Amino acid sequence: MKNMLTIISNALCRITGRNVGAQTVSEGTRAVVSRSFADFTSQATFDIKKCDVHRLEEGPPLKAELTREQGLRYYRIMQTVRRMELKADQLYKQKIIRGFCHLYDGQEACAVGIEAAINPSDHLITAYRAHGYTYTRGIAVKEILAELTGRRGGVAKGKGGSMHMYAPHFYGGNGIVGAQVPLGAGIALACQYQGNNQVCVALYGDGAANQGQLFESFNMAALWKLPCIFTCENNQYGMGTSVERASASTDYYKRGDFIPGIRVDGMDVLCVREAFKFAAEHCRSGKGPIVMELKTYRYHGHSMSDPGVSYRTREEIQEVRSKSDPITMLKERMLSNNMASVEEFKEIDIAIRKEVEEAAQYATSDPEPPLEELCNHIFSNDSPLEVRGTNPWARLKSVS
Amino acid sequence: MLSLHIPTLSATLLKLSPSSNSRTKTQRRHAAHFTFQPDPVPTQYGPTQKMNLFQSVTSALDNTLASDPTAVIFGEDVAFGGVFRCTVGLRDKYGKDRVFNTPLCEQGIVGFGIGAAVAGATAIAEIQFADYIYPAFDQIVNEAAKYRYRSGNLFDCGNLTIRAPWGCVGHGSLYHSQSPEAFFAHCPGIKVVIPRSPVQAKGLLLACIADQNPCIFFEPKILYRAAVEQVPVEPYTIPLSQAEILQEGSDVTLVAWGTQIHVMREVANMAQEKLGVSCELIDLQTILPWDTETVCKSVVKTGRLLISHEAPITGGFAAEISSTVQEECFLNLEAPISRVCGYDTPFPHIFEPFYIPDKWKCFEAIKKMINY
Repeated sequence: MKNMLTIISNALCRITGRNVGAQTVSEGTRAVVSRSFADFTSQATFDIKKCDVHRLEEGPPLKAELTREQGLRYYRIMQTVRRMELKADQLYKQKIIRGFCHLYDGQEACAVGIEAAINPSDHLITAYRAHGYTYTRGIAVKEILAELTGRRGGVAKGKGGSMHMYAPHFYGGNGIVGAQVPLGAGIALACQYQGNNQVCVALYGDGAANQGQLFESFNMAALWKLPCIFTCENNQYGMGTSVERASASTDYYKRGDFIPGIRVDGMDVLCVREAFKFAAEHCRSGKGPIVMELKTYRYHGHSMSDPGVSYRTREEIQEVRSKSDPITMLKERMLSNNMASVEEFKEIDIAIRKEVEEAAQYATSDPEPPLEELCNHIFSNDSPLEVRGTNPWARLKSVS
Repeated sequence: MLSLHIPTLSATLLKLSPSSNSRTKTQRRHAAHFTFQPDPVPTQYGPTQKMNLFQSVTSALDNTLASDPTAVIFGEDVAFGGVFRCTVGLRDKYGKDRVFNTPLCEQGIVGFGIGAAVAGATAIAEIQFADYIYPAFDQIVNEAAKYRYRSGNLFDCGNLTIRAPWGCVGHGSLYHSQSPEAFFAHCPGIKVVIPRSPVQAKGLLLACIADQNPCIFFEPKILYRAAVEQVPVEPYTIPLSQAEILQEGSDVTLVAWGTQIHVMREVANMAQEKLGVSCELIDLQTILPWDTETVCKSVVKTGRLLISHEAPITGGFAAEISSTVQEECFLNLEAPISRVCGYDTPFPHIFEPFYIPDKWKCFEAIKKMINY
């Protein structure tokens, strides 16, 4: 849709020589009067970091093409995730969100880069730091926030909370560390069996990389050449333990041993995208699984109950924020290549702020799920099942 | 069918309770479902000090590391003190080869612990939350529990103790609130122990460590800070497999363990005030092997039994107690044995206040038993 409008507007511009296009493609509702978008570069090629590879002849390309439209889209999605996480932080401190809340800010480039490289029909499963992926896989901000506050408008009807959010082809949202990786291998098996040319991205963290079940999954995936992209989001800390103190080998991309691996700069959305395009191609062509390591960083602590400064210095966090912030990097790239204007970015920011604010309003005012929901969906049953309650005479109905 | 009667009743009662009138809706959800009631100060173990539950655990571990040179403590994040501060200061005092972190691998932690115990070290393993104990389930059930039996007493891992935070905490939801004692109760060869207070925790933990069988020690996490008592500084043990009668009574026997004891104390008071019913409260303490004699003797006296726990009702440990008591005391029973437990659902996130067996539900159960 947008592309078509661009082409039409381009044509109109050339014919009439006037600035007609700006309104139709900008994100906000105001017309950008100062510059016509025809002034902007529509596409540029960027150098990206070379990825370390393991058991591969060649790695992902060293250059990435970015169109203006893609750039604005990645910026918008990353900024939305960032603002959504910060809003969740705020709501948690106001005690409107309770329980556990693991925030994703700082790691946005991973979620956005992966989504840009795979198709919506591919599958993805991750651990508990899942809000970003829930968004990139298609769930609206207001449904995510409502799930955090435990309301009926939430993506899991308010019954799951922070760690248990799902979407089509997105299998959550898993609380037990490492448990999602064998699941990911299973999903990949289903893809292979059904011959639908889809892949599964199974994500885990540097802490989970030492769980036994991962190595069981690696073996099965390699043995049967499953189209599974095992991805370690290495944010340097497993809760409060730095990678050097937890792992005998911190080369997580090599941990698959007999499985090829790639180490990627997880703060650069283009690097992530190119690497995952490469990995998806590898899997789809029947070569078997691949292990990815995304070197990234989280600004918040492990969860909202972790200040995040007892095991690392504030200077370290500040340094990453100023030198490698994914959103800033993309913005600067686009600005220095004349792909967008500062005003456009500002407009996008304002629109996102409004969206997140409205979502938070919704999440705070939506009613909680009714008590009848307590027992629903325990089993799958045709007629309502009776669930024994806290007393011998208390029975609730379970509908599924 | 009284399908929604009890939850609505308890919700109504909750709204009517005087303490909750002035609070806003969100704040009411924060109120704990119990009030911790400390025991009288023990005088027989020497000088005491004010400690909460996690400090009493630290004290027990401190005593152990001091007296037993083979003792080692390991688990996730124990070196800096642990996520619940149970091991604060121990690494500095006893060295990093005695108090050390393991990577994130429960199966590895317990397997490693079993090996260390078999070789002769007093191994104290920490599992960060009882909800995460399942990767280690195979090691506990198939290796630790059966070691002595299968080797004909040639080897054993009696030196192993596994500690894990246990039970609901108000906001834990599915994976930080579970009470898995019933899973392990089904396994001969291990001991399962749950304390109700700091004094009990230290004594029982030291007893578990000293015991020549692998023990699992579940610590009610909601009590870590909430429970404060005067705890003896010197080491002391409280015998395992001996239930404690906290309050004598003549009409109803109440059996519970861990946090639920404090709920039942209130229930006993309510029953006395409002119904004139005298309750005998028993803290089971050791789930496996459990003290059948104390419980049965009590039921023979009172004729009525109420068992309560947070874990789901089907297959919960109350089922085992109920079954044994009806076998032993059938003719003494005045009313069917009552179990007030969690619903048969995963531990819910938003529905926790309705899920847990609070004092109102237990009180209702007593009323029904009395009027049977």
